[in-house]
Amino acid sequence: MTLPDPAPALLRLLVNGETRVLPCAPNETLLEVLRYRLALTGTKQGCDKGDCGACTVLIDGQPALACLTLATLCEGKNIWTVEGLADGPELHPVQAAFVRHGAAQCGFCTPGMLMSSVHFAESYTGSEAPEHGEIAHALSGNLCRCTGYTKILDAVAEATLEVAARRGAPGAGEEGGS
Amino acid sequence: MKTPPLPRDLERYADQARPPRETPGHAPVIGRRHGRIDGPAQVTGAAIYADDLCLPRMLHGKILRSPHAHARIVSIDVEAALALPGVEAVITGQDLMTPYGIIPWTEDEHVMAVERALFVGDAVAAVAALDEATAEAACGLIEVEWEVLPHVLDPEEALREGAPVLHPHPKRKGNLTKEIELSFGDPGAGDEAATVVEGDYFFHGTTHAAIEPHCAIGEVGADGLLTVHSATQVPHYLHRALARVLELPPNRIRVVQPAVGGGFGGKSEPFDLEFCVALLSLRTGRPVKILYTREEVFLAHRGRHPTAVHAKLAVDDEGRLQGYEADLLLDGGAYASFGLITTYYSGQLTALPYRLPAYRYRSRRAYTNKPACGPKRGHGAVQPRFALEVSLDKAAHALGIDPIELRRRNFIGENTRTVNELRVGSLGLLTCLDEVERRSEWKARRGRLPFGHGLGVACSAYISGTNYPVYPNEMPLSAVQVAADRSGRVRIFSGASEIGQGSDTMLAAVCAQELGVELTDVRVVSADTDLTPVDLGAYSSRITLMAGHAALHGTRQLAAKVRQAVAEAWEIEKKNVALAGRLALDITDPSRSLPIAEAFALAEARFGTLGATGYYHTPKDVHGDYRGGAIGATPAFSATAHVVEVIVDPETGVIGVEKVWCAHDCGRALNPLLVEGQIEGSCYMGLGEALMEHHEVGPGGRLLAPDLLDYRIPTSVDTPPIEAIVVEAPDAHGPYGAKEAGEGPLHSVIPALANAVFDAIGVRIDTLPLTPEKVLAALDARLEATTDEGGAA
Repeated sequence: MTLPDPAPALLRLLVNGETRVLPCAPNETLLEVLRYRLALTGTKQGCDKGDCGACTVLIDGQPALACLTLATLCEGKNIWTVEGLADGPELHPVQAAFVRHGAAQCGFCTPGMLMSSVHFAESYTGSEAPEHGEIAHALSGNLCRCTGYTKILDAVAEATLEVAARRGAPGAGEEGGS
Repeated sequence: MKTPPLPRDLERYADQARPPRETPGHAPVIGRRHGRIDGPAQVTGAAIYADDLCLPRMLHGKILRSPHAHARIVSIDVEAALALPGVEAVITGQDLMTPYGIIPWTEDEHVMAVERALFVGDAVAAVAALDEATAEAACGLIEVEWEVLPHVLDPEEALREGAPVLHPHPKRKGNLTKEIELSFGDPGAGDEAATVVEGDYFFHGTTHAAIEPHCAIGEVGADGLLTVHSATQVPHYLHRALARVLELPPNRIRVVQPAVGGGFGGKSEPFDLEFCVALLSLRTGRPVKILYTREEVFLAHRGRHPTAVHAKLAVDDEGRLQGYEADLLLDGGAYASFGLITTYYSGQLTALPYRLPAYRYRSRRAYTNKPACGPKRGHGAVQPRFALEVSLDKAAHALGIDPIELRRRNFIGENTRTVNELRVGSLGLLTCLDEVERRSEWKARRGRLPFGHGLGVACSAYISGTNYPVYPNEMPLSAVQVAADRSGRVRIFSGASEIGQGSDTMLAAVCAQELGVELTDVRVVSADTDLTPVDLGAYSSRITLMAGHAALHGTRQLAAKVRQAVAEAWEIEKKNVALAGRLALDITDPSRSLPIAEAFALAEARFGTLGATGYYHTPKDVHGDYRGGAIGATPAFSATAHVVEVIVDPETGVIGVEKVWCAHDCGRALNPLLVEGQIEGSCYMGLGEALMEHHEVGPGGRLLAPDLLDYRIPTSVDTPPIEAIVVEAPDAHGPYGAKEAGEGPLHSVIPALANAVFDAIGVRIDTLPLTPEKVLAALDARLEATTDEGGAA
């Protein structure tokens, strides 16, 4: 954790749908801002150099590594973290599928894995259930050491159909990550 | 726009994550497929891991590490570091002089180097400062004068006369940590064998690479008590070591384990950061956190020992094993760690699951100037398993016997003893073999696939915890306290460590089953040395069996009180009261029932506050009566069989794994979903070790791949489909019959893959990992050999 110099600039972010204005030093990463300034510790630090994907968040709807992203470059951007996935009392279908399928074991890679998975599910345009290989490619930047990915792929495959069904419903269509 | 998600209702989230077919009601909890009890917390970011903790006034620590593989500290000057604004304390090896080590007979570590640093990365000093950057800058200001000493990186060289000695000791020969020579059965038994397969195998060094880096926070309370929050998988041993090294009474120390982001053996002994945060917080009076960088995780390591095995297998015409000999050399790195046990395990656990009339092994472990090796998933037994299972495949090929059939013929059987006198209970190996044979269509396809395509098989067996604690004592190996109250809630307090394997969920399931409540009615408080009774930790695949037994013991006493109180109220016999589905039921009269909360209230009125303790100790053991005979002794062995299918590209040497079938006998699957997860994860880790992972130390003792990009672990794209097949051969010594599932399924995937490569391209590669370079070199060598033969003819 790096504390800022005396007079850092103010940064404005839209985090999980809420506007947050906070001080930020030029060298702070988005991961540091989320974890230490906003106490959103759901986003994890596994390597701090872009190798493991545990810090994956959605920036303007696109998966990004928070440890490699300078926070100041996110001025005005829309950041979505694992804390914002559940819609109030309702889990996102991908979250529920992860629990149901045992897709999280230690749970440490899970927040980052979920963000990539939600992005995949919500941007999936196929008419049939996605194949495991297709999901695997979408998640290949997120390392998981516990599960062997099998149950993660099962969970995402199932949830993608649910997300598609939900998108088809009247009033739906709002992307979770954007 | 979404509504803000807080406050979270994790119980409601758990309901949403339930499979539609799941019927809570009266269905038994044990044996049911259900998600983890901490699943909702994990998927919402609510689960708190060590680095998520942030305490008021907290400082941040950094550890200065040796740049040399072997060097004497001439002097250390910390003045400039202390003078840096923001620095609160600096400590060095001189502040923590008491040696420690996880095994009481090999206490050869210091928190920080006292006289000499023994590998690149050995701790030298530690700083606590207002923030991490300042602490790091302060480390750069510590002036260390080094006298660089000769180092040794190769275990063979380390054992030679004249090699630099890492730990001079009057009773030890140079760098030899441990040497074991044991012989069982008639040593000449193999002499008349029809086929003798002899070969050299090399298992490279691999590491755990849990995604969560190690992290610890020390804190001194207003009452002066020291608390260490740590991502450990053995809070109890950490507690012991802290007391010893800090010279504090154990009752002044509390160890709390938050959620842990994976361990696999890599968090199973005390590490320098835990002592450093403790002393720095005692010195400053403020909480201190140290989070390892990813590179430090690789240096702290304690991963799988690089092991050279010379193996000799003797088989008769019928394919029956006559004798097996193994000579093993383990590269231990700079400290003993669990190495004493590893050295034994590498011989003792090879004896299963086959009938070996004669077995002899010599196992040596050497100190080298590299990060220390220790336990990794499948501790000690994975390396020799590779040598044995490839030898078996070679024998089967030489004799023209199907490799699955060869293994069937040599199965040791159930309720028996091994040649080295380990007691074997249930062992569902034959079912495992049948399953992988059938599902992989082995009979129809093996030997009939085109060049480059192949199938391979291998088997293994593994312990469900060991019969003995790390330090000898007569106390329980695992214990719980269970409480219930009039609200209908149950609490279980257990020292067992949840590190992702699902131990909290297993404890909750036992409570729910025995007390007739639902999983969400159970609160699990685990791994806090102030709040929970002692459990020895998450290692040796011991928790389901041992903590499971302790939980059964405790909950059954509690349930008996509830049933008695209800029986008295209903004026029926106690045996006619059942607890299930949040109800107390009269089994003789289906119309009569009572909500469980009311049943608990009756019992509370009858007996007072409802609580019970439960504990587990292994049954009196019948292990071999020889030095080391207790090692490998376990209440129950699991069994595994693998078939792996590969496609090898002869142009590039790339091995593509098409599919893995793994059948694992876990005794009884308390939760098949989580057991499958353990099988899949184990297979995955083994595949990585077989194909790409290598904890490689380069010239000068520097790690060549100290990050998750260069130390390649399989991504989702690299991982093939894994079919996890749960086989149940309930064991009399397991709770509800359960045995381990977390480590066994790793062992045999590696030799099965190597055997599949032979089936595919006809060459053996006995040195791991099976990289494309090695595949091409082996193909070239074979081509050369056949060309030579052709020329001579």
